[in-house]
Amino acid sequence: MTQHHSITLHLNGTAHAVSVEPRHTLVDVIREGCGATGTHTGCEHGVCGSCTVLLDGEPIRACLMFAIQADGRQIRTVEGLAHGTILHRLQQAFIDHHALQCGYCTPGFLMLAAGLLEADPNISDDALQDGLSANLCRCTGYVNILRAVRAVAAELRA
Amino acid sequence: MKPPDFTYHAPETLEQALSLLASLDNARLLAGGQSLMPMLTMRFAFPDHVIDLNRVAGLAGITQTGDTLRIGAMTRQRDLLDHPFVQQKIPLLAQALALIGHRQTRNRGTIGGSLCHLDPAAELVSVMTALGATIEIAGPNGPRDVAMADFPLGYMTPSLAPDELVTAVHLPVPPPGHGASFLEFSRRHGDFAIVSAAVMLTRHSSGHLADAVITLGGVGPVPLRLAKAEALLAGQTPTPDLFTQAACLAREIDAMEDAQIPAWYRRRLAESLTRRALTAAHQSLPGAA
Repeated sequence: MTQHHSITLHLNGTAHAVSVEPRHTLVDVIREGCGATGTHTGCEHGVCGSCTVLLDGEPIRACLMFAIQADGRQIRTVEGLAHGTILHRLQQAFIDHHALQCGYCTPGFLMLAAGLLEADPNISDDALQDGLSANLCRCTGYVNILRAVRAVAAELRA
Repeated sequence: MKPPDFTYHAPETLEQALSLLASLDNARLLAGGQSLMPMLTMRFAFPDHVIDLNRVAGLAGITQTGDTLRIGAMTRQRDLLDHPFVQQKIPLLAQALALIGHRQTRNRGTIGGSLCHLDPAAELVSVMTALGATIEIAGPNGPRDVAMADFPLGYMTPSLAPDELVTAVHLPVPPPGHGASFLEFSRRHGDFAIVSAAVMLTRHSSGHLADAVITLGGVGPVPLRLAKAEALLAGQTPTPDLFTQAACLAREIDAMEDAQIPAWYRRRLAESLTRRALTAAHQSLPGAA
């Protein structure tokens, strides 16, 4: 018999009571249990980074954690970036610098960049490149992704 | 793919974890999950029970006593990397930790998890061997210690009974003023190393090398100490020629072969990385030109 567990995920400040099987990954429960489909599943085994979310403020791969382990933790996804119709500065920079083509990797890159810049607004360019190298983009938009995040980093330093 | 079905256990004490481990059939321990979860989603592993160590009290944390650093098995790689003592006193470890996966995986991945998974190319396996770490193990018959050099019994096989688990790693702090370099070659930044070289050098006040440690990762099923090269270096005046000669000895090692990487390529990498790591470790000695 498959066990079901009742847990609470705090997603972008809203509590979601969900019933999960232990084998359900965090990204699947964010999408299917909480209905927040902004976070994408790519490789589902921790290589591509498209499922990156912030767990208590730090970027993690949501396919490499079971939802049951996130019971009671604070999770932020791409849905939590904008304030109403006002885009987060990273989202605006991605538009301004043409940092996406198909957009599949974008939510993961946005959350990774948000986590890096929030942890260290004075992050060095080397550390930024090293951090962003974690995620894959199949449209090969890395140059423009770097431009967009560098532009926001420069704003934060100013 | 999706992980197979299993029964989930979340013990809160070491005693509970050990008793679950002793009583359940086909159980796997879940530490940071950065290796186990891919194995589950790719259906390489089919445990009936998963014992999650993340809620066990007292398994994470870093404490320094005298010249030993004790690192709890559930300490995250990120927390060890950011630890000021590691940054200042154990540069070899800091350099190796920065090469493990990426920020997202280091935020979850643990020290004990990586050592028990024992991937031959894992940075932690190689660097803990180079640093002469001791592994602290708990089991039904009480605690025991194993030298890191004796911990791998073979390919991805740690010296652990089915009812035992790793609780901590003890590291002797290297002497002040030593030189260190950890270098690796991988296909993409953040991947496992194809080959890695960990080098530590100490020097007499006369300028001669006192001691050299050279550990290669990724060349065989377990980390390899390049003992002949270490012996060649001890007591000598460090010069580029000497480092080239020492690195040449890496040509003689037994290297493994797989579908992508032939053995000769691993030997070439071992030679180049050893030479570069010796040079970089020497340059990191205080007052080096």
